Amino acid sequence: MQDAPLSQDKPILAIRDLHLEFHDHGRPEVVVEDLSFELRRAEILGIVGESGSGKSMTALAIAGLLNRHALDCSGTILFDGVDLLHCGRATLRRYQGDEISMIFQEPMTSLDPLQRIGMQVEEALRIHRAELSAAERRKMAIRAMAAAGLPDPEQVYGMYPHELSGGMRQRVMIAAATVLKPQILIADEPTTALDVTTQAQIIALLRTINAEDQTAIVFISHDLSLVRQLCHRVIVMRKGVAVESGASDEVFRNPRHPYTKALVDAIPKVVLER
Amino acid sequence: MRYVLKKTATMLATLLVVSLLLFVAFQLISGDPATRILGTGATPESLAVLRSELGLDRPLVTRYLSWLLSFAQGDPGVSYVYNQPVATLLATKIPVTLVLAALSFAFMCAMGIPTGIICAKYAGSPVDRIVMVANQVIMATPPFFSGILLSWVLGMGLHLFTPGGYVSYETSVPRFLGYLVVPCLAIALPRAAQLAKLLRGSILEEAGKNYVRTAYSRGNNTSGVLFGHVLKNAFLPALTFLGMSLGTMLAGSLVVERVFGIPGVSSILLASIGNRDYPVILAIVVLIAAVIVVVNLLVDILYKVLDPRIGEE
Amino acid sequence: MVSLRPRALLARVPNRGLFCAGAVITLLVIALVIVGMVWMPYEPTAMSADRLQGVSVAHPLGTDKMGRDILSRVMYGSRITLLVALGTMAIGAGLGILVGAVTGYYGGIVDEVVMRVTDGLFAFPSVLLALVFVSLFGSSTLNVMWALGIAFVPSFARVSRSEVIRCKHLDYVKNARLMGVRDVRVIFVHILPNMRGVLLSNLMIGFNNAVLSEAGLSFLGIGSQPPFASLGQMISEAQEVFFIVPSAVLGPGLVIVLMVLGFSLMGEGLRSEEGRMA
Repeated sequence: MQDAPLSQDKPILAIRDLHLEFHDHGRPEVVVEDLSFELRRAEILGIVGESGSGKSMTALAIAGLLNRHALDCSGTILFDGVDLLHCGRATLRRYQGDEISMIFQEPMTSLDPLQRIGMQVEEALRIHRAELSAAERRKMAIRAMAAAGLPDPEQVYGMYPHELSGGMRQRVMIAAATVLKPQILIADEPTTALDVTTQAQIIALLRTINAEDQTAIVFISHDLSLVRQLCHRVIVMRKGVAVESGASDEVFRNPRHPYTKALVDAIPKVVLER
Repeated sequence: MRYVLKKTATMLATLLVVSLLLFVAFQLISGDPATRILGTGATPESLAVLRSELGLDRPLVTRYLSWLLSFAQGDPGVSYVYNQPVATLLATKIPVTLVLAALSFAFMCAMGIPTGIICAKYAGSPVDRIVMVANQVIMATPPFFSGILLSWVLGMGLHLFTPGGYVSYETSVPRFLGYLVVPCLAIALPRAAQLAKLLRGSILEEAGKNYVRTAYSRGNNTSGVLFGHVLKNAFLPALTFLGMSLGTMLAGSLVVERVFGIPGVSSILLASIGNRDYPVILAIVVLIAAVIVVVNLLVDILYKVLDPRIGEE
Repeated sequence: MVSLRPRALLARVPNRGLFCAGAVITLLVIALVIVGMVWMPYEPTAMSADRLQGVSVAHPLGTDKMGRDILSRVMYGSRITLLVALGTMAIGAGLGILVGAVTGYYGGIVDEVVMRVTDGLFAFPSVLLALVFVSLFGSSTLNVMWALGIAFVPSFARVSRSEVIRCKHLDYVKNARLMGVRDVRVIFVHILPNMRGVLLSNLMIGFNNAVLSEAGLSFLGIGSQPPFASLGQMISEAQEVFFIVPSAVLGPGLVIVLMVLGFSLMGEGLRSEEGRMA
């Protein structure tokens, strides 16, 4: 288990009373209800819950990717003194891909099938560091790809997504998300679609990124054993509400809420006793 | 490269089959050309002489091959009715029809692609709704009708156009092209409306895909996502449509030439259909088929250029 | 349970405004044709009145250059256009579904060859195919119907083939086959009813293309022969007098537009709303 970051670290992200509600199907449907939490610098925060618990919506809200046409949002998501939930799109875009990045559950479909890998890894550089020359961009992209554990990044740079496996594509996603060394990386079930071996490698990679670049990670998962291996702190969500939160060791050793208890009981013992 | 060769081979095969089918069909249906040329009162001897002159005493396959060979060299035979080489009859007409169709194709792209993109970008807005309903009306208007309406509005109303004032390209290329603008507009309009609708739908479908979310997560604005990622993906379905459109443009040209008095292949094709002048019909149809097949080959190659996933099994 | 009452069905149409507008237009056109079958103001071929009259009470759309009543001719012409389009659809859909179902069901070399041929035909515009057909077999209304019908075979064959291939592997179809149900029955009773939805939209698109193709051909003078003109031919004849009697062009032209527009608006109304860019 990892050491928690120093508690005196100031929170870099503060979420207060986040409330999300669909309103496009006639009847309003609450997906996240009065959620509040903080994310500290260089912390790995796990959000666990089953599908429909609102964890993915929370992730999308932080990344600024909610469909504002179909949702009612209230509360604040405070980052760098700005409320990401209500700021203008232009302000939001300043942070997206630069300070706040996101990787997704579906590495097979999350990359543009018609664009070369290198161009996709460099995209955040083209948007946020327009002053860089093409050669500098390429150098940074290849460095990020190497750091993400892609073998022979020079060659992968010129390939297309369909030429790579799911695990490789997720590494490309990570390289693209971390090319600017963001303060926050949001990982929405990044290993669900991958096989167990690849899953372990991706988890190790996230841990390295967190340790080396001091990148805070919000790790969304339904897999408690993964969350326990990786995260310093954990929030358990159910039907849009946070039912329990705390240091992940503590939560898993002494679950207080019956729902958490049930979840923890469902983990195979072998994993727990590791 | 292997892909291109394979597609070219398929194209040539298609063309051979099409021309063979047409040749045989016309031969079987047309009866005895010698009788038609000399009339029913001709003596059997003179008929036999003419048949051997025309090469009609040889087997069908031999005749097809020799026709194919001379067609490939630009000599598709002699007209039954005009008693002139088909090549001479069509020489000045084919370029007119091809230019008309090609220009209409360009007009279609120039109108349909931007409209589709703008409607997709502002999907659901009043502009989008109005354009989409207008599109339905345009699609329902056949080119010959819109041609008449356009020449009325632009010609009589605005004096921008002289109906019937066709100028041959041999006289003045700019004035020739100038006259073709309104006919091209008429041919291109319904197809452009279809293209706009197709592209809009395709863009909106792509916009729901996961890579679009990724693109937004990197700080792209809507234009960045649209032009950097979505458009290229959304264009693939439109490509097939574009390939099929040149054929439509050629068919449209045949009709619209008549509205505007343009001396393309339309009049001679229709006259030949009336007269059963099969060498002329065969030459025009095979030529049009060749153009369509070649354009489809180009589309296949363009597909391969745009989509790296194609042709890799 | 899906209710079959009109009101309940209409409630499920995504865009009711467009659908109703289309339905009203279509009913108007059909009414024009049906009324024309029992009553027309004048005989459409009778050269009874003065030539090239403008719009009047006696001749709501004026008269043509031979003194025939244009409204009556439009009523008659729309009947021909509608009949040719319906016949075309019957031939194209009938043959197309049959060809697609059989080749898709049995597969093999026949399937391969037939699909190559339909692919080739598909790239060829229907008007050109019809011109070839007509030049071989002559230019009658019936031949135009056959020619266009055959030109529409590929699009229906494709749809029904892919539907049959998709359904062939469904469990209940496999069961039916294992139970020894005859192939013909499997295709027509167990598989084809599945493609109603796809077929409906194809029929709507096909009908519109058929109307437009027939209009184009008859504008070129192919199909119905004078004096029994269909709409395209009326326009062709009236073009030179457009400035004297505009209604001679506008009347038949608008009927073509409305005939197509009615169906396409109904089809549009049935499609659900797509997403947005952002």
